[in-house]
Amino acid sequence: MDLGMIGIGIVAVIGVPLVLMAYSFGTETLISRLPDVTSERMRPWIWLAPALILIVVFYLYPTLRTLLFSFQNADSTAFVGLANYVSIFTDPDMLSTIGNNVLWLVLFVMGTVMFGIIIAILADRVSYENVIKSLIFLPMAISFVAAGVIWRFMYEYQPLGFAQTGTVNALISVLTGDDFEPIPFLQNRSINNIALIIVGIWMWTGFCMVIFSAALKSIPNDWLEAARIDGATEWKVLWYIIVPSIRTTIVVVATTMTINVLKIFDIVYTMTNGNVGTNVIALRMYHEMFQFNHFGRASAIAVFLLVLVIPIMVFNIRNFQADR
Amino acid sequence: MSDTQKRPQSIQGGSLAERILKNGLLHSSILLLTAIWMLPVLGLLVNSFRPALEMSDSGWWTALAPPYTFTLENYFDVLFQTAGMGRSFLNSLLIAIPSTLMPILIAAFAAYAIAWLEFKGKIFIFIVIIGLLVVPLQMALVPLLKLYTTIDFNGTFHGIWLAHAAFGLPFSVYLLRNFFGNLPQEMFEAARVDGASHPQIFFRILLPTSGPGLGVLVIFQFLWVYNDLLLALVFLGGSPDVAPMPVTISNMLTSYGQNWEKLTSASFISMLLPLIIFLSLQQFFVRGITAGSIR
Repeated sequence: MDLGMIGIGIVAVIGVPLVLMAYSFGTETLISRLPDVTSERMRPWIWLAPALILIVVFYLYPTLRTLLFSFQNADSTAFVGLANYVSIFTDPDMLSTIGNNVLWLVLFVMGTVMFGIIIAILADRVSYENVIKSLIFLPMAISFVAAGVIWRFMYEYQPLGFAQTGTVNALISVLTGDDFEPIPFLQNRSINNIALIIVGIWMWTGFCMVIFSAALKSIPNDWLEAARIDGATEWKVLWYIIVPSIRTTIVVVATTMTINVLKIFDIVYTMTNGNVGTNVIALRMYHEMFQFNHFGRASAIAVFLLVLVIPIMVFNIRNFQADR
Repeated sequence: MSDTQKRPQSIQGGSLAERILKNGLLHSSILLLTAIWMLPVLGLLVNSFRPALEMSDSGWWTALAPPYTFTLENYFDVLFQTAGMGRSFLNSLLIAIPSTLMPILIAAFAAYAIAWLEFKGKIFIFIVIIGLLVVPLQMALVPLLKLYTTIDFNGTFHGIWLAHAAFGLPFSVYLLRNFFGNLPQEMFEAARVDGASHPQIFFRILLPTSGPGLGVLVIFQFLWVYNDLLLALVFLGGSPDVAPMPVTISNMLTSYGQNWEKLTSASFISMLLPLIIFLSLQQFFVRGITAGSIR
């Protein structure tokens, strides 16, 4: 079995590039027989073909079918009109789930952007900048699952009277003294969402920071010097010069983070599986698919996610066209 | 990103006392922030070297004071005894490597066409691809799952390779088209004048020249696939012998209270590869993200 698997791997690693090479050289040989005008017109589509085929099969076809499924019942054998949509929007669980996503949207985007800018600015001023940037970016290289494990240890809770094993509880108990009531971060409904969002911020701030760092470096030094010589405080420099100069970058980063947060899944799945009021839309869809086996509702949720994301899509496209 | 402007290192201006204070504040705040940032990872690392019983009784920081009770048994367990961990790592590689090669090559083909060939509908195609950047994977999961079940692709490697290849396309095409578009036109034209065919130009000139850009994309795509949980759960879920590491570890996580010691070392092992890749290539990361995002 093992040898077979490795065999498959080798075939894929060597075979695929070979096939693609053969494809491109082969088709070129074929169309070069044709008059130039024809071959010039065919060629772009030949080069695009593999990508287009994949996109049609894996994006376009499924999207249309999902749309279809969302109007059908659990195993897609009969049409139920808008019943799925009605059920998910009147379900109190779903409403609180949507509320969680809104919380994520606000806190996660604000947190990553703010910390990203602040750390970028601070790191910019020290000589060991690259080390700092690498360390802050590090959490992005690990999987959400590993992050889930790491933060499980951070948030762990022991009942009152026992030694705390969770880092955060231990720190707080050191600061507040003996009569401290340890907090079950992942169970306490008023803060467990925030606890998860903190994990998300921890992971993604590095990404924002790196982009902001590059943007910062393109602010002309003279502006900052001039302002400082004129006696502006650092706060004024930040607010009136730095932030306006990187405004477009802030928008791009915030948009990217927003897209990310709407689809947030891994962190919640690994740490709480959506229990105790921490559910999010993408995870709810997963449950509908695999726990409740209700493909109709799962598809309705997916369509809902798509609708949420369309304004951003339009915004991106407009940006792209404006730039040309 | 040129560093030709000299940034003011530390704070200038103000009296000596003011400067010392501000510098002190600057350095201490950023060092503190970084230390706090790394604290969670440190906790995991320390815990992975502690025996199971201790882990559930006391926090990881207690292990840093004598008596020292570090042990390698968690790592041995996970690597050699627990059925699946070594297999899991192999699966992760078997999934990630082809799932990186395929989308990047296919995207390079498409990016070449969009960047260097003229054709009607070029803008439309590119807009579609940018639009797809934002579409949530969830839109495709249900139908794909059904399709895969019908053609028996579920639980297979080739099934998930194709899925990752497709979903990695929008970002790859977007990034590569940027890179290719920035290459000098003369290089391309000179080759055409010399009679080179398009495939020849692509494989002999374009790919080698785009080394750094491709390298960045390879790293990104590899890490994304290697760390992916959702697609692995959906298309490979339930078959433990093809499960990659994120799936195996999350299964361990959900069994409350048991296997915690194995969880720590398993997680750290799963982190090693990305960490090594990241630390040795971190400049490319920085360059890569900024090249794609800053207009």
